[in-house]
Amino acid sequence: MTLTAERTPAARPQQPLRHRLAERGVDWTLLWIGPAVAIIGALFVYPFLYGLSISFQPLDSDDPLANYTDFFGDPYLRDSIWKTLRLAVPVALLSVAAAAPLAFRMRRDFPGRQAVTLVVLLPLTFGSVLVAQGMAQVFSPTGWINLILTSVGIPEQQFIYNYTGTFIATVLVSIPFAFVMLMGFFGGIDRSIEDAAATLGAGRAARFWRIVMPLAAPGLVTAFTLCLVEAFAVFPSAILVGQPDNATHVLTLPIYDAASRRSDYPAAAAIAMVMTVLELLILGVLMLLRSRLYAGPSSGGKG
Amino acid sequence: MTSTESLLEQPTPVRSAPPARTRRERPTLTAVVTWVAAACFVLVVLGVLVSVLVQSFATTWRGGWWPDGFTAEWYGRAWTTTGMYDALVNTFQAGIAVVLICLLAGVPAGYLLARRRFPGRSVVMLLMLLPIILPPMTYAVQLAALMYRVGLGGTMTAVVLVNLVPTLPLVVLIMVPFVEQISPSVENAARVFGANNLRLFTRVLIPLLLPGMLAAGILVLVRTLGAFELTFFVSSAQTETLVVALFGAISNPGGVPISLTAAMAVTYMLVAVLGLAISLRYVTPSQAIRQRHR
Repeated sequence: MTLTAERTPAARPQQPLRHRLAERGVDWTLLWIGPAVAIIGALFVYPFLYGLSISFQPLDSDDPLANYTDFFGDPYLRDSIWKTLRLAVPVALLSVAAAAPLAFRMRRDFPGRQAVTLVVLLPLTFGSVLVAQGMAQVFSPTGWINLILTSVGIPEQQFIYNYTGTFIATVLVSIPFAFVMLMGFFGGIDRSIEDAAATLGAGRAARFWRIVMPLAAPGLVTAFTLCLVEAFAVFPSAILVGQPDNATHVLTLPIYDAASRRSDYPAAAAIAMVMTVLELLILGVLMLLRSRLYAGPSSGGKG
Repeated sequence: MTSTESLLEQPTPVRSAPPARTRRERPTLTAVVTWVAAACFVLVVLGVLVSVLVQSFATTWRGGWWPDGFTAEWYGRAWTTTGMYDALVNTFQAGIAVVLICLLAGVPAGYLLARRRFPGRSVVMLLMLLPIILPPMTYAVQLAALMYRVGLGGTMTAVVLVNLVPTLPLVVLIMVPFVEQISPSVENAARVFGANNLRLFTRVLIPLLLPGMLAAGILVLVRTLGAFELTFFVSSAQTETLVVALFGAISNPGGVPISLTAAMAVTYMLVAVLGLAISLRYVTPSQAIRQRHR
């Protein structure tokens, strides 16, 4: 619009602002998006800014950085970052490794496909609190798993109220999460590409490493990233089936402790900010890695 | 948990059945390993869920294969124990309110994002993606602090408001592919015959979008039922939902009997499973719409 206006400034009177805006896609119907943007702005963006600002206003100190120096100065609190990583990285690796082959097989139709999907998705629907409640029974020293183990001659194992408990609980929710994402990604890979490679004489191994893997890699990295970020914020299962004061003292627990037990929201917000920055770092680094992978079409041409 | 939406991204399996092969491929080692691993996972998941079910019918269960005896008494007590009954009512009140607000705000937004290019569109998209990607614990505390600051802390309003954050973007992003499935010529025809924006929406778009809205609504309901972190930090004893009550009961073994919480959990599980089963039926948008035209 500005171009035409410059070319013939006198010949054509300037059109009303409404028309010029409408040409760039701005008119009253744009207001339909208003409520959604307002809600997310007020309840997501603003709380982040609010949290950032209160994190620099500690309750019991004049030093604006006190909340952050307290966190990084206390080895017990600082170590929660390391404990979170020690839990989240193996969880994310195992989830993607376990979910990928299954999701890959979901591309073909087979009897019971929907039933498998439904059962795999159940833990995601119920959430980690319910999973933890069931685990406390099934994995207890006299629970079903240990009864099965002892009946085949394996000594009783301590599965819950330690690192293993939180690990199992997180994996049970994380595998379905990875599975759903990977099913979406793998569904986009056209099977005729594999068939074409087979026609051209590629064996099973060659088809897997040369065709399937390069096409699936971006999806695998994305699923790993989101699983890692999600497992990074593990919360209820670290308390319910973990050892919250020691082995599973993950980053969310000092947040919970500050907010719920001490009502020290500035300190809680500061730790939540640390967690957010770490998560954004993970997201940024892994998405950068992903951008170096194959990014072309994964479906056969229509022609 | 940000996940059910990715289901929608998978294209519909429209391929016809592959031609019958004369030679059946023998199962590979990887196939066997995959199915064994999947079976183990499914067994553990079912074991975990069945144990909650058994627990809810148990007189006492201190370990071992089966409880000492069975009773349906816990279900009766769950309805009469005041805190638990309130939690169930709160859960559904909050869930329904969240679903309604999400659909009202999310469907027009999804429509606009699918149909129009406008300045700032990518910013809006990012704004809708971030609450889904970031886990609730990253913003739950700040949001709770804000709610207490404006005097809404512990109220039902706050529970509904905080649950909008992860679910509204979900509705918006689910609606986008559903809107893209509708041919613009349908809308143009309606306009030619004189429909204004309101009539276009109520007479043409809403009926066509109904399967998508149903799927999105159920997903939002299920997610609100299961949302723990966000509700946990803003709710009070009067407004806590079932998951929060469950967490309180499990983490405080001296309080409510475990079988009572199990009975409540089973009630909630039934509703969630029903929702999941229904939403899986509609979850591939193009399929849902094709069925309507058939």
